[in-house]
Amino acid sequence: MGFFFSDAGGDIGIILLSLKVAFWSAAISLPFAIGIAYLLARRSFPGKTLFDAVVHLPLVLPPVVIGFALLLLLGRKGPIGGLLEQWFGIVVAFKWTGAAIASAIMGFPLMVRAIRLSIGAIDPKLESAARTLGATRLQVFATITLPLAANGIISGTLLAFARSLGEFGATITFVSNIPGETQTLPLAIYNFTQVPGGEAEALKLCIIAVLLSIAALAASEWLTRRASFNTHSAERRHA
Amino acid sequence: MLEVDVQQRLGNFQLQAKFASAAPVVALFGRSGSGKSSLINLLAGIAKADRGYIAYDGEVLLDTAAGIDVPPEARRIGYVFQDGMLFPHLNVRRNLAYGENHVASGDRYIDRDKVITLLGLEDLLERRPANLSGGEKQRVAIGRALLSCPRLLLLDEPLASLDSTRKSEILQYIELLRDEFRIPIVFVSHAVEEVTRLADEIVLLDRGQVTATGGVEAIMGRLDLKPLTGRYEAGAVIEAVVASHDIANDLVSLAFNGGTFIVPGVGALVGERVRLRVRARDVSIATVKPSGISILNALPGTIIEISAGIGGVGPIVEVRIRIGDAVLIARITRYSANQLSLTVGQPVFALVKAISLDRHSVGFA
Repeated sequence: MGFFFSDAGGDIGIILLSLKVAFWSAAISLPFAIGIAYLLARRSFPGKTLFDAVVHLPLVLPPVVIGFALLLLLGRKGPIGGLLEQWFGIVVAFKWTGAAIASAIMGFPLMVRAIRLSIGAIDPKLESAARTLGATRLQVFATITLPLAANGIISGTLLAFARSLGEFGATITFVSNIPGETQTLPLAIYNFTQVPGGEAEALKLCIIAVLLSIAALAASEWLTRRASFNTHSAERRHA
Repeated sequence: MLEVDVQQRLGNFQLQAKFASAAPVVALFGRSGSGKSSLINLLAGIAKADRGYIAYDGEVLLDTAAGIDVPPEARRIGYVFQDGMLFPHLNVRRNLAYGENHVASGDRYIDRDKVITLLGLEDLLERRPANLSGGEKQRVAIGRALLSCPRLLLLDEPLASLDSTRKSEILQYIELLRDEFRIPIVFVSHAVEEVTRLADEIVLLDRGQVTATGGVEAIMGRLDLKPLTGRYEAGAVIEAVVASHDIANDLVSLAFNGGTFIVPGVGALVGERVRLRVRARDVSIATVKPSGISILNALPGTIIEISAGIGGVGPIVEVRIRIGDAVLIARITRYSANQLSLTVGQPVFALVKAISLDRHSVGFA
């Protein structure tokens, strides 16, 4: 205990901040990811390929590029950031909210992919059947599509959450490395590796990072299995 | 009254269908790829026509010229999919309730308990679709569509994925729909037994075009349509009434306006209307009434057509014999036809072995 929490307030603060950033990044992504996944899985429209590529861009671009783009767009002097501050008094640059936005964007393609796959696996005839039974498009989406895509939604969300816990490049570029505000776990680890004698502290945070990631993956596995129990593999339970 | 005149292009496939029917049970009949399912999807509104007009009982459901396209949820047309399409995340009870919940209370005319009893769903209510057999799934799907209180019920090959025992079971349930709930039915099939057993009218489809529309007997008896209907066993369909049941010998007499057929007991009650399918190869021809013969059915009639087979060659000819208002088809060898010097207009006897008419030949009309 002494080893783990010699700087107790700081460590716990870093973990809580990381969890907060990860939670909000997954939460704000989710509705958009579901909408875009549905579009990509079910609709065809002009420019779909290009749109698909743009959605997946954060997966292949260097994170620094995303961070820099965010800085240009959402910084206090950026076109969007300036308006946000002027109209709503919202500033995200160098704030934890900015860190959440940066990791939301980095985790977004992972979330969309998982949800899109699960929507694509639903037989469109099930949705047609629901409509012939009197349900509107929106009712079908809420009562058939979403519940049947639950697997993908859960695993996509946790994947994005876990990705956010590990986010480094975009975050440090966009919101810098401010202890207590934007210094999440990976940034703190980086910090300790840069100061002499910080290895022990860095190692401790690394172990915490590993534990958190394992916990997120285990939770994802458990939730997915529960959701699939409710639908497809029910026969296994009864067999 | 269902009026349809639609066009739809799907890749290289062009569907162009026009027909009207007021029959209680209409079959869209044709081989696979003829456009039957595409057509039924247009009726339900779950596929889009390029151009066209669909009206049911005077209400326009689609009129592309006038910009009318009633969405599927507002058409009040029930749809039973080929493999049931039950919602896998809901148990049977909630599957059944899904359509029922979307019906305005004023439009609700079907009683849930009656549906559950008649379709034998009591023991399935808490089960998930994954734990149902094919036949059970199809029963639930029929019940679910029924409880959405449709004005018209569409069935897309409802028997295709079932084994033959289940098939006859579900056929009985469909007959029940027609008789008990009095819902007009349009169903898709490529199986001649299903069509002749259930349908009053046939819309014959070939490569996206309607080739013929008409009563079952008329279409099935037409020799010129045989390339389309006759990949299956050629034959005739006769509507009859059960006249008597000889219990000692378990033989049933089926009366129609050209005479009487004697068939083995088929589980029909005296007075019931039935539909009898007589395969062409089970019919023989005699020019005089034979005696000293085991064949029970010797019906007097007149030859109205002798078809020479494809290109006028080959060992087999088909002879159409008018008996009362009905027409039987006999498949005989060209040699026999020549020996008996059969000609159109000649009076003959059509001979049918009673045992060639079994349970599968008789449906309830």
